[in-house]
Amino acid sequence: MSIKNYRDATFDAMKEEMIRDGSVYAIAEDINGNGGTHGRYSGLGEAIGDPGRVIDAPISEAAIVGSAVGAAMSGLRPIVDLRFSNCIPCAMDEIVNQAAKSRYMFGGQAKVPMVIRAPDGILKMQGAHHTDCLEAWFTHVPGLQVVVPSTPAEGKGLLKTAIRNDNPVLFFEHKKLMSMTGEVPDEEYLIPFGKARIAREGSDLTVVVYGIMASRALEAAEQLAQEGISAEVIDLRTLSPWDKETVLTSVRKTGRVVVAHEAVRQSGFGAEISATIAEEAFDALKSPVVRIGAPFVPIPMAPNLEDLCRVLPENIYEGARAAMKR
Amino acid sequence: MRKLSFSMATCEAMAEEMARDSNVFVMGEDLARQGGIFGQFKGLPEQFPGRVIDTPISETFIIGGGVGAALAGARPVVDMHFADFIGVCMDEIFNQMAKVRYMFGGQAKVPLVLRAPDGMTIQGAAQHSQSVESWFCHIPGVQVVAPSNPEDAKAVLKAAIRSDNPVLYFENKILYKETALVPEIADEVPYTIGKAKVKREGRDVTIVSYSIGMKNALGAAEILAKDGIKAEVIDLISLSPWDKEAVLASVKKTHRLCIVHEAVKQGGFGAEVAATVAEEAIEFLDAPILRYGAPFVPIPFAPTLEKMVRVFPDDLVRGIKGML
Amino acid sequence: MIKVSKEQALKFYQTMCLIREFETSVKHDFLNGEIPGFVHLYIGEEAVATGICAALEDTDYIESTHRGHGHCIAKGADIDRMMAEIFGKETGLCKGKGGSMHIADFSVGMLGANGVVGGGYNLAAGAALANKMILKNDRVSVVFFGDGASNRGTFHEAANVSAAWKLPTIFVNEMNQWASTTPYLTTTAVENISDRAKGYNMPAVIADGKNVFEVYAAAVEAVQRARAGEGPTFIECKTFRVEGHFVGDPELYRTREYVKENAERNDPIAWFDRTMTQQNDYIDGTIPVQELEAIRASARERIAQAKKFAMDSRYPDPDQYIADLYL
Repeated sequence: MSIKNYRDATFDAMKEEMIRDGSVYAIAEDINGNGGTHGRYSGLGEAIGDPGRVIDAPISEAAIVGSAVGAAMSGLRPIVDLRFSNCIPCAMDEIVNQAAKSRYMFGGQAKVPMVIRAPDGILKMQGAHHTDCLEAWFTHVPGLQVVVPSTPAEGKGLLKTAIRNDNPVLFFEHKKLMSMTGEVPDEEYLIPFGKARIAREGSDLTVVVYGIMASRALEAAEQLAQEGISAEVIDLRTLSPWDKETVLTSVRKTGRVVVAHEAVRQSGFGAEISATIAEEAFDALKSPVVRIGAPFVPIPMAPNLEDLCRVLPENIYEGARAAMKR
Repeated sequence: MRKLSFSMATCEAMAEEMARDSNVFVMGEDLARQGGIFGQFKGLPEQFPGRVIDTPISETFIIGGGVGAALAGARPVVDMHFADFIGVCMDEIFNQMAKVRYMFGGQAKVPLVLRAPDGMTIQGAAQHSQSVESWFCHIPGVQVVAPSNPEDAKAVLKAAIRSDNPVLYFENKILYKETALVPEIADEVPYTIGKAKVKREGRDVTIVSYSIGMKNALGAAEILAKDGIKAEVIDLISLSPWDKEAVLASVKKTHRLCIVHEAVKQGGFGAEVAATVAEEAIEFLDAPILRYGAPFVPIPFAPTLEKMVRVFPDDLVRGIKGML
Repeated sequence: MIKVSKEQALKFYQTMCLIREFETSVKHDFLNGEIPGFVHLYIGEEAVATGICAALEDTDYIESTHRGHGHCIAKGADIDRMMAEIFGKETGLCKGKGGSMHIADFSVGMLGANGVVGGGYNLAAGAALANKMILKNDRVSVVFFGDGASNRGTFHEAANVSAAWKLPTIFVNEMNQWASTTPYLTTTAVENISDRAKGYNMPAVIADGKNVFEVYAAAVEAVQRARAGEGPTFIECKTFRVEGHFVGDPELYRTREYVKENAERNDPIAWFDRTMTQQNDYIDGTIPVQELEAIRASARERIAQAKKFAMDSRYPDPDQYIADLYL
């Protein structure tokens, strides 16, 4: 084990995979200048001994993603970085009508092995155009897979799987993760898609989260433990496919659930989780599902207003208390 | 009252609103010469010369330009040709249309209607058949409506045009040809965005739907009635904002809930409805919530395959009988 | 060549100095940690916004960019409320909801900065369409954009409709050599961004971006064309982005020497100082250096006052987070 931050752990994932497989390349705006946003690609070309596979793109999201779909269909494995999740809509058609559908429409002739990395979430006062969490849109699109890692080690293992995966993958990384440190195994490992991680075992209540929310849920669980409430924290890791079985098994054990994400609550992925529980573990529920997400506004800039759009450990804690009450 | 098709009802709404307010105009591909692919703009170019604008195939302009025109004080209605192409101008919708008013502290308003024909027709396949309304229910700043019949189509479109907010108006392609009695302008009931309608009263189960899904909801209710099962059918009409109160009130009466839409089930708007009821009225439920939508695949072409991604009234009947 | 009154020249200078001092103050406060978020500075490009906006009326529109403070000041936005917005205060132009990247002042036709590179073209073209074809007035719309942004597909869609319908849209390219961290020629095949106008049968002109008179002259002509119903114009202003892409940019992609040399060579304020204190082609007579220094000092004072206004203002009442979304 080594202590690494998220940025370095995912850098290692790319480095290892790019050395292992010459068909993997990375493309983004500003990827060489400052090494991309948060310096996540700094020195990557040299590290793999092939700077030609780290490509600076013009400010042309449609061309970046569209060309990657074409490259993937002709045998390469692109890693596309969109800098901010808010840039995704500029390439929405390329993602939902081209990347997602090409394999199916063409009867399985094509495959589109590509990864779209998109940093998201509230950092500090970046305003309405650089902070949105958009994962829910893509869970509604057959053909795509959606990954939201929660720690440096998870980021590395999931990114390696995403690169080797033959499907188009959206890889959402909260900006607060970049500097987060944690233990990362030294030996090679991959984390399979569709298999949730039980981040903490518990018996009174199930907290279903993903991404940055996992560490916030663990903090809340710690606080709940001090009050004698045993919370089980499930980190979904991947949202499409998502590990329904692990969630349902836990709910059948605890009977109480909190679902939390930083994305806007209305029509967020929490709705899918909550609805599925209401459909498939209805009899096990001892209290209504508590679903936490951002209020229905764009992200405001003023710091005190922005804080109202965050989902923090205390929100999860309060949600858990509400779930325990009834 | 006279019989009108869904598409003619929308034409009438447009004509009335364009006559009423000279700042209302229409912009999109193939409108002026063709009257829209589904005849939903027929007659307007002759009636309102210069205010029905044929654009190049430039979706980012159609939508972004619409936003700019609205900011300048006009009231654009823009046509998306097929809802499937909405991804091409997603930034213009998500980052511009939805946010300008809020980001700029209320200085701006965007009175714009985006008309988007959606849903499966006959073998439209993967890029001309989709229902993507749920994406937009996740976007603060826009409103989403999806009427299911000619009468509502007209009233809702008029309300959308008069609204000072950006409204996404999803109109199902199969529904265009549906005809029904539509009130004359004098007795037309104004529609308030956000309001659902109870289309059929019942006490045994609540079926919630919108747009083409209403065919399944009403169809299933009809079949169930033959077996003495009384289904209450709610047409949401508006998805964002949506009439939570109407659904909760009905569920508290019937104790059972079934939701159906044509869109893919995973991440569809049905999840929001189900989750909300599970959170706010679970103690009233006597059975697990039922949710119907398309399976998790793009829309295939072959008729035998396309049939597999559709929901039919019998599917609902089977599920509802199982829950009783 | 255009000749203006001394008063007009001094007004140019005052606007450029206000922008320079505003940006200098913002940079300072950002590095101090007083301003969070993202801030992109306009230092070195002041003559572009100044020259263009001087040719516009309050009722004309501009679509700005993430690097928009200069456009905002040149269009006549309230400087106190601009600064307050950057600090996220309730007295800000957008009541603290927008911040640096989303400043707008609709009262002077500033339709907003944009956090999406290339997000403004179609909005400007749409406003132009509405004014010409629906509202039937003679307002014009200007869209500012960098060389990097000209690679977005949105440029091409807006350019095409503007030209096809002779809309009063003016495309003002701030050719500042850098697309974020990428030198423009590594991702762009044309030497001059304005070469692209040919593809849309749109007249194009290249202006020296440090020369406010030249920019102004190009704008006056473009505005005349637009108001006369003759359609859009492409104005390429050759300029230089002195600061990093954003404040705090480590600028690993270029050397200090390179920046210093280009900054000096392209500085519109230094150029103005040099030119106006001698006999020149732009005004009758000269402007004494003391007069210029006084304008500079008063701009500095004005910005200090704006900062005080921002600092003295409160953050918005938390209840306001839900306001201003729907009508």
